[in-house]
Formats: sequence, structure tokens, C-alpha cells
Amino acid sequence: MKEKMKIESSVNKVMVCCGTGCTANGARQVLAAFMDKLRDNPNFEVVPVLKATGCNGWCEKGPIVKIMPQDISYCHVKAEDVDEIIDRTLLKGEPVKRLLYRDPVKKEFVTSIHQTDFYRKQHKIALRNIGEIDPGSIDDYIERGGYKALKKVLKEMTPDEVIEEILKSGLRGRGGGGFPTGLKWQACKNTPRFPKYIICNGDEGDPGAFMDRSVMEGDPHTIIEGMLICAYVLKAERGFIYVRDEYDLAVKYLRQAILDAREHGFLGENILKSDLRFDIELVRGGGAFVCGEETALIKSIEGYPGEPHDKYVFPTEKGLWGQPTVINNVETWANIPVIILDGAEKFASLGTVGSPGTKVFSLVGKVVNTGLVEVPMGITLREIIYDIGGGVPEGRQFKAVQTGGPSGGCIPASHLDLKVDFDTLTREGSMMGSGGIIVMDDTTCMVEVARYYTNFLAGESCGKCTPCREGIRALVEILTRICKGEGELSDLQLLRDISEVMQEASLCALGRTAPNPVLSTLRFFEDEYIAHIVEKRCPAGVCPALTTFYIDPELCTGCTLCKRNCPVDAIKGEAKKKHEIIEDKCIRCGECYRRCRFKAVKVR
Amino acid sequence: MVKAADEGKMLADIREILDNYPPEERYILAVMQDMQKRFNYLPKAGLKTLAFYVGVPLSRVYAMASFYKAFSLTPKGQYVFRVCDGTACHIKGSKILIEQLYKCLGIRPGETTPDGRFSIETVNCLGACALAPVVVVNDRVYAKVIPGDVEKIIREYGGYAHEGKNED
Repeated sequence: MKEKMKIESSVNKVMVCCGTGCTANGARQVLAAFMDKLRDNPNFEVVPVLKATGCNGWCEKGPIVKIMPQDISYCHVKAEDVDEIIDRTLLKGEPVKRLLYRDPVKKEFVTSIHQTDFYRKQHKIALRNIGEIDPGSIDDYIERGGYKALKKVLKEMTPDEVIEEILKSGLRGRGGGGFPTGLKWQACKNTPRFPKYIICNGDEGDPGAFMDRSVMEGDPHTIIEGMLICAYVLKAERGFIYVRDEYDLAVKYLRQAILDAREHGFLGENILKSDLRFDIELVRGGGAFVCGEETALIKSIEGYPGEPHDKYVFPTEKGLWGQPTVINNVETWANIPVIILDGAEKFASLGTVGSPGTKVFSLVGKVVNTGLVEVPMGITLREIIYDIGGGVPEGRQFKAVQTGGPSGGCIPASHLDLKVDFDTLTREGSMMGSGGIIVMDDTTCMVEVARYYTNFLAGESCGKCTPCREGIRALVEILTRICKGEGELSDLQLLRDISEVMQEASLCALGRTAPNPVLSTLRFFEDEYIAHIVEKRCPAGVCPALTTFYIDPELCTGCTLCKRNCPVDAIKGEAKKKHEIIEDKCIRCGECYRRCRFKAVKVR
Repeated sequence: MVKAADEGKMLADIREILDNYPPEERYILAVMQDMQKRFNYLPKAGLKTLAFYVGVPLSRVYAMASFYKAFSLTPKGQYVFRVCDGTACHIKGSKILIEQLYKCLGIRPGETTPDGRFSIETVNCLGACALAPVVVVNDRVYAKVIPGDVEKIIREYGGYAHEGKNED
């Protein structure tokens, strides 16, 4: 698999997206087919270059294959399609129409994915190289201007000038905290103790978020370069990249990148003939959400359970092994080389005054174009969900959007014109978090969503402080009760009271923000709570104990779609005749409800 | 569970893993990850050897093993069904899939069938949200799984005696 095709750069480049989404859809087989059929192919004078790239972001359409320089993009490519692509596109230069993206509104075929609505509104900084390079090749990175920022810093800038530039850019931590990166570096530089350490936080634990994964998998060298620039500023000699062990590909490419960087003299002694000396070690996480919290992550690197501690003293003074430490998120590191090369002004001209630059979001859930998007800060939720995301699929109705990961909040349709930046989202009772955007439609139960997140956090609370440990547990108990139809109206006040104590008294941000899902759903969707408690009914048809599905005979056309998809044969009725649900057999999975094209399946 | 002949092999494997790391506390996590990958769980002998190697009490190693989710103290099945319960998968019905698996295999997440063939786990997010809901069996990814697929997938792995019987 590692075998590379030894060929000169030529006219044609075939880039197969091998990000996680595309790989799961069979991208490796497509790659293998290309490799097989291009190698020693007598029809080519110069054999096209084949590249396995990182994630293009548009996972919904994967596997994606791009042909350069014609800039033709194919969606949902299968190994069987390879012959036709070679024949028609690579040899004759014409596109294979059936594999092109078709605009659902205009019904036109779009040759390049860059011309689609999904990409047009995006502005790529952190993701600039992803999908364009082979993440396993340092030469690809260098060819696109990689390590130039490091050279510039070493030759032309003093450490203070670098900090000045980062401060001017207004870059804030992309992991969710939003702390100004320049200030962090400055604080650490001003602490007169050595050695100093640099950490990259790649413990992306938010369910429904995969921004960092895609950077680590798709452009690992940008992280190394960002860390090197910081090392120069701090005179640090050792760095650590802490990455989730579940991210196999990320671990693989980071490991490779560190080795290649050493070989090319970007890591080690006398880097680029300067007196900079720096090396990076990869640390694999043990699968604990709380380790994304920086003090917990530091504990984990030291070889302890990842329990956070109070932050009266910041890691910039007393971090890893008690030494001054700068810890930044993957996406933050990916921004650094661009800020240095293109200048702070250019970066700051994007986004809003308080939150300059761009942010990568993973847009998932009940949205047409699931995938990864990078947009300028200050864009509205509506633009992200409708213009880029293509809206809610299957004619369903938008209900809410959840941002900020498990401790974020749900924002209702009435607030869709909110500008997305750190401060606005916090003001609305949610948060930026690391950038997950989860779209929910009318088949999502908000009480169950609150229960889901709170239950998730219950498993992840480290158990050190009481308000978080006991508080979350109590919230889960109450929410579970409500979902089962055993809730009482007084539970709502109880939920609010417990939440308040947790916000006031928890030790770290996990406990302080854990009530957000409960509070934000209570604020915007109290009627759903009341429907569960008083009417003993789940309006979205999700909570099994409170749901009964039935088929409206007026609307049913007898198309048999629901019947064919029922996993337990609980639907009876013949083709073109009215169907009926056998209540005793029904497991309330909602498959019929979601699938019915005539909205004939209803929730009582 | 472990036969005498296997035990010798296991100890040799454990030593081989330890040889890759210096005896420092900060490598406890890495060693345990390698053990988990090799054995599919953390054998007691492994934890004891590790504690001795690094020079810490067994309780200290045990604290790590029970804190981090990646580790299991009991052997896992030959086929591990990992159901993604990240947010995207959750709102697209992963809960029902877990329920269907229970109906077919008679086990809940974290459990293993008595014959040691199947285990079920939930994972927080596999980062493949476009394919939601996702089920991974060992290394094979199943995308956009609907409740009706569950039985078919189990059959691919030789099915199970419990199959099809709704006992509760």
C-alpha cells in the first residue's frame, strides 16, 4: 500500500479522497483499482500521478475523486467506475457525466466541487491543504509553501515579533476556550523557568465533531510547523501531540510526519542550520472525554488518570511536570503558519472584531450536505445550514441546531440569524466548543437529546468534585424518568436548581457547562418537556414509552415502502391498499415514520 | 479461560511489549494500549508485570486501567460490534440498533456472549458522521445501518443461537 508510483510530475493528477468517511465508503478499493490500472498502462505516454489525499470535507458525496489540472470532481465513485474514468477523462479529456455532482435545485451537472454551493461560501485556512496533498508526503506539503513560515521566523523575526504578530491577528484558541493564543504564548515566554513544553491537543472527544481528525489525517505537517514556530518563541525543546487512539489514520500519518520532518532537518538539532532544537513525541489518548481539558490532558501525558485540577495557576506557568507549558488545539496550530506567512492583517480582515479568522465546523445530523466546512467567523447559522448544508433533507422541518459539543446548547429556528462567533454563542446559552454543528429536525426529541448529552457527560465526569459527579447523575435520573413518562412538573424546577449549583460550584469547565443541554432545551423547548410530563406523549416520536405510531388511511397510498423497511414485520397491508401498524409488534424505531413520502405515518 | 500453554505465550508477549518502552511512569498508558490491542483486554498478569517494571504499586496501574475507556479488564469477544453513539448517529437511531443487537445476541453494551464470540460496545464518535448511524465490526465499517440490517450483519459473522428470539 505504501508503494508509491515513481513517476515524474505530469499533466494529470488523480486524487482519491481517503479520509475516514470516504474510506468507510470504499475509497481504498478505488485507489487500489487506479493503482492497478494505471501502472504500466501502455496507453499513457506519461502515467498520471495518483494521490491518496485527506478529507475533502464533503463526506456525504464520498468517495470523491478529483482529476487535476482539469479540476473535475467525481462523487460516489466505485472501483467499477475506474475504467471509465481512465478511458474517458484521463485519455480523452472528457468528463464522465454520471459521476459528476448534480445541483439539486438547478438540476445542472457541476464539473468541479469547488463550484458547488457547499464549497463556494467556504474560506479555507486551517484546511488549506487538505484534499490537495498526500498527507504521507512531506514533499507535497513543502510544494504548497510548507515550512516557509518557519524559515521566515528563523531568518527575519525575533520571538517578540512573532508574539506581536499572533496578538495582532487576534487568533483565539479553536478548541473551544477561545483564549487569545498570543497572550498564552506571551505568558509562557515571560515565565523565567526552563525547560518549557509545547503540547498539541488532539484529543477530540466531542461526539459529532471531526475537525481535528481531518487536519491530523490530512495535513499533519502544518501542526508540526505551528509547534516549531512556538518552540522558537519559547526556546522550548520538547513537544507532545496528544491524539485519540481511536483515530488510527491520524496516528499513522502523524507518526510518519514526525519521522519525515526529522529526516528533512525540521525536527532535531540545529533546525535549518539555526540553533533551534526541538523534537515531538506522539502520545496516544486512552479514550476519556475529560482529557480534552488541558490540565487533565497534562496529567494523562504524565501517566496518571486524566483528572483536571483547579487553574489558580495556568499551565503557562506550571504545566507538564510542573514546567511552563503552552497547550493549543490542532486547529489553532494549523492557523499559525498562515498568519506568519500572509501577515496578521490579512487574517484579522476575516471574521468579526472579537473573533477574527475562520472556523472549521463539522456539519452533521439532519442536513443534506453532511461534512466539514471552514467559514469566516460571523457567518450566520442560517447560511451554514441552508446555503452550505443544503437544508434539512426529506422535506422535514428544521427544529434546532446544537453547537458546542455535549456541553453546548440547542438553538431554535427563531435564532438562526445569529452570527456565529465565540461571544454570540455563549450569550445565547450555547458555545462555540470545538465546532460541532448538529442539525435536528422534527423527528428529534429535545428531551431525549438533553438526556443523551447529560448521560454522555455522566460517563465522562472524572468524579473528583461532588457538584459535577452527583449533579450530572441526578440530572440523568430525572431526564430518564421524564422520557419514560414518569416525570412530574416539579422536576423542571429541580433540573434548574441542580444546574445552578453545578454551574457555580464545579471544579472544571466540564462540570460548569454540563447543565447547558438541559438549560437550553428547557429554555427553548419547555413545551416538549410538558408534553412528556402532562400529556404523556413524545411529540417527535422518539421516546418508546410515550410513542404510538399510526398510519393515516387518508394519506396512505399503499406504496409498501414502510412495510418493506419495518425490521419486525409490524406493518400489514397489501400493495396499493391502506396499511396498518400492529401495535403489539411495533418496536417504535420510527423507520416507517421517517421513510413515508406522504407523511401518512403519524405520531399519536 | 487461559490455557497453560497460552499463558507462557502471553507472558512472552507482555515482555515483548514492555521492551519497547523505558521503565517510566509516563509510558503506562502506551504499554496498556499495546496490551489491549494484542490481547483484546488487559490481563491481570500484564498489569502486575507492568507495575513491577515501572516500579509503582498495582493499585496505581489499576487506577489507570479503570479510568480510561479504551481498556477492558475482561476478555472481549472474537467479533466486537462497536455501535457509534455519537450525536449524529444517536439522532439517526443508534439506540434502536443497540436494542436490536440485544434482541439478536442477548447482550448489552459492555457484555460478551457466553461462548466468547460476540461483544457489543458503544463508542462516542468515530468521526464518520456522514455515514450515520455507523456500526463497526472489528475493522469493517457498516454505514447508514437501519434496524433491519442488524440481523443480516450478525449472520455474516456466523449468526448466533439466540438469534431471532425475543425473550423479553
